Amino acid sequence: MGEIVLSDVRKSFGGVSIIQGIDLTIKDGEFVVFVGPSGCGKSTLLRLIAGLEDTTDGIIAIDGRDATRLPPARRGLAMVFQSYALYPHMSVRKNIAFPLRMAGMPAAEQDRKVEAAAKVLNLTPYLDRRPSQLSGGQRQRVAIGRAIVREPSAFLFDEPLSNLDAALRVSMRQEISELHQSLKTTMIYVTHDQVEAMTMADKIVVLNAGRIEQVGSPLELYKTPANLFVAGFIGSPKMNFIEGAEAAKHGAHTLGVRPEHIAIAADGPWKGVVGISEHLGSDTFLKVQVDGMGPLTVRAGGEVELHYGDAVSLAAQPGKLHRFDAAGHTLSA
Amino acid sequence: MARHVSNSRKAVVTALAWGIGLLIFFPILWTILTSFKTEGEAINSHPSFLFFDWTLENYHTVNERSDYLGHFWNSVVIAVGSTLVGLLIAIPAAWSMAFVPGKRTKDLLMWMLSTKMMPAVGVLVPIYLLARDTGLLDTKLGLVIVLTLVNLPIIVWMLYTYFKEIPGEILEAARMDGASLGSEILYVLTPMAVPGIASTLLLNVILAWNESFWTLNLTAANSAPLTAFIASYSSPEGLFYAKLSAASTMAIAPILILGWFSQKQLVRGLTFGAVK
Amino acid sequence: MATQASRTASRLMLSPAVVLLFLWMIVPLGMTIYFSLLRFNLLMPGTEEFTGFENYFYFFTDPAFWPALVNTLTLVLGVLVITVVGGVALAVLLDQPVWGQGIVRILVIAPFFVMPSVSALVWKNMLMNPVNGLFAAIARGLGLEPIDFFAEAPLASIIVIVAWQWLPFATLILLTALQSLDREQMDAAEMDGAGPIRRFVHLTVPHLTRAITVVVLIQTIFLLSVFAEILVTTNGGPGTASTTLTFLVYMQSMLQFDVGLGSAGGIVAVILANIVAIFLMRMIGKNLEA
Repeated sequence: MGEIVLSDVRKSFGGVSIIQGIDLTIKDGEFVVFVGPSGCGKSTLLRLIAGLEDTTDGIIAIDGRDATRLPPARRGLAMVFQSYALYPHMSVRKNIAFPLRMAGMPAAEQDRKVEAAAKVLNLTPYLDRRPSQLSGGQRQRVAIGRAIVREPSAFLFDEPLSNLDAALRVSMRQEISELHQSLKTTMIYVTHDQVEAMTMADKIVVLNAGRIEQVGSPLELYKTPANLFVAGFIGSPKMNFIEGAEAAKHGAHTLGVRPEHIAIAADGPWKGVVGISEHLGSDTFLKVQVDGMGPLTVRAGGEVELHYGDAVSLAAQPGKLHRFDAAGHTLSA
Repeated sequence: MARHVSNSRKAVVTALAWGIGLLIFFPILWTILTSFKTEGEAINSHPSFLFFDWTLENYHTVNERSDYLGHFWNSVVIAVGSTLVGLLIAIPAAWSMAFVPGKRTKDLLMWMLSTKMMPAVGVLVPIYLLARDTGLLDTKLGLVIVLTLVNLPIIVWMLYTYFKEIPGEILEAARMDGASLGSEILYVLTPMAVPGIASTLLLNVILAWNESFWTLNLTAANSAPLTAFIASYSSPEGLFYAKLSAASTMAIAPILILGWFSQKQLVRGLTFGAVK
Repeated sequence: MATQASRTASRLMLSPAVVLLFLWMIVPLGMTIYFSLLRFNLLMPGTEEFTGFENYFYFFTDPAFWPALVNTLTLVLGVLVITVVGGVALAVLLDQPVWGQGIVRILVIAPFFVMPSVSALVWKNMLMNPVNGLFAAIARGLGLEPIDFFAEAPLASIIVIVAWQWLPFATLILLTALQSLDREQMDAAEMDGAGPIRRFVHLTVPHLTRAITVVVLIQTIFLLSVFAEILVTTNGGPGTASTTLTFLVYMQSMLQFDVGLGSAGGIVAVILANIVAIFLMRMIGKNLEA
């Protein structure tokens, strides 16, 4: 079991409101990602769920029980920290066994569980090493091992991959997803990286300035962002925003169109000149200076031969335009 | 990254460094050498450096005067005692300030430091009178209390800078793993803090051992540590150079050895973490 | 960043240290201020009476006051100049590759661990004594007249002893600071064509400024209360030639038993030290934020 319900959860530090009334239901077994720019309150929200901070107001219920005032140890949650937070003076074996030892589990059973977790995480050869003798990825796996042996009702991840290099990040991402598939335990994952959010989440919670901007599956957020903030945050490269006459033509204050939804067409209505072009092989990203509209990012085919100074005509794919009002809210089609 | 330096240059620098090093160390070396001389040899107007009749006689003489061992013991009790009491008070305080910092933590630290800035002479009279009236004058307990308070700010500060280096996330991890406050301190914080606590202990034993204002002003015959005992050599016994040297060597040897182990911590402790 | 429970625990654990230090600071200081306003001599018990600022008047007009103040400043400044200049030179030297560097460091640091009464005695009797001291022997060996250091230059002699004790401290701190100097910055300056002297002036010296300030301030705090060295060597004499403020207060209260006058002197010393302390605290406070 691992259903977590937040009702009007608030947190302020010395009069500064960090979390401004969050209502959220996380279903048992769900992989939920909190995403947002730094300072949006996503880590604080996770720490409130963990019990590492007191809520200023509101209720946190875990499996139907009010856990708002419970100390972290009694919430039945496990957390993986950004810095891994391994105990440097203990071997890998002792690190993983620590929560079991704290729970007063018999030594033989501790050993059995540690061995099992080590096997799943490919840590068996390293059990007697110290954390300082491990690579970043291995340390990350020890931290995960320490979390899974507790058999928690939910896992909390606080930007766990941000200290790893890019290649390792991709493989750890997949490992965590696979872990979720096999354990089917609720996971709450905090990141500022929308790619991690899109690739791992069942449900994404986009946070900004201590408020939820939108909750939904990755594709829901991609297809129907509720506002300018979500539209700009989800998707890479970022959605293009166009204001002024072109937006007014479509009855909006701001017009949004994703780079992958702009086509290079000889008869396209938007004429411009190519600035920077990034040739990745699979794709080409062009920065096009469009007359009267400013720069647009365009995703073109991988082998398009366009270079600095070339003139192009562009057209938005039909039905892929997003319209926003002056307050930034999405206008219904 | 090693920089390439020619051997000839290194030789010149080495000679210079050793020369200056030996010059600075010379008074101590001379004291140690003299302690092995006879009194006659010690005041020889043509002093010899190494070629004299080495004797342990001075150490015997100094040790036979039982009061020497008594003063040595006083120094040990006062230095170690005040450090241990200080640690007992300072560890919880430093834990609080390092891991549960509040708005006023910084002010509190600065204020603690400010008590250290007060010149001892400014409070000499009241402390002397208080000690006299409470019967603590010329007792080891009295000096332990005074030196604990004198060095408490340094102990708190040193521990604070060491505890600060332990990431808070590790303690939070322990909390998530089900550890109570007691287990958190016992199984996680203390093992990680042991090196810091050890160096704090070392430096404070050194400072307390050498403290020479309160130990000279608050003691007479009964509880005088080595600082006061050695000061009594100033005349006329000081003219017995060999015995003075033997007593001095014994007074400084333990601290010299401890001190060499704690060079690095010394910098941090005495600059309140401002230079590491 | 914590929960209510841990904040309560923290307050409980903090309070013994805070309460003790508060008492240690406020009670004696309050008493000193109070005594300084009384006519109070231990030899004449029962004659205490309130005299206002009379003690301060006597303290400032004591013929020993001005010499003591000048001696205090001379001692502090003299030791500071010797230790900072010598410390920078030694630190730069020891930062070079040297065979047996560890041992040289140990030799240089040793004086700091020698208790003040021992170093004062060793210097006074075995080195500077005009009859049996080593310096006298060397002088005679060179055919010179031995100098009676403590009679002819008492303050300078004390400065030498105290500087010998504190030079290791300055060296150690400056060396530590030097070793934290960014090597890449040095390499970059070398790439930019700066020679060793310009690198020293433009990179090393600014980098050391902070450490030098710390050395100056911390040493000042300790140097203002130099005591054992004077007690053992000259007892403040001859006359007032080597009497400092600390020693003057000690003489008035512990030897002449004039508690009121001594207390007034103590308060003056506190005020002087506080002026230094304010600068030191600013320095360390800044560091705390970084």
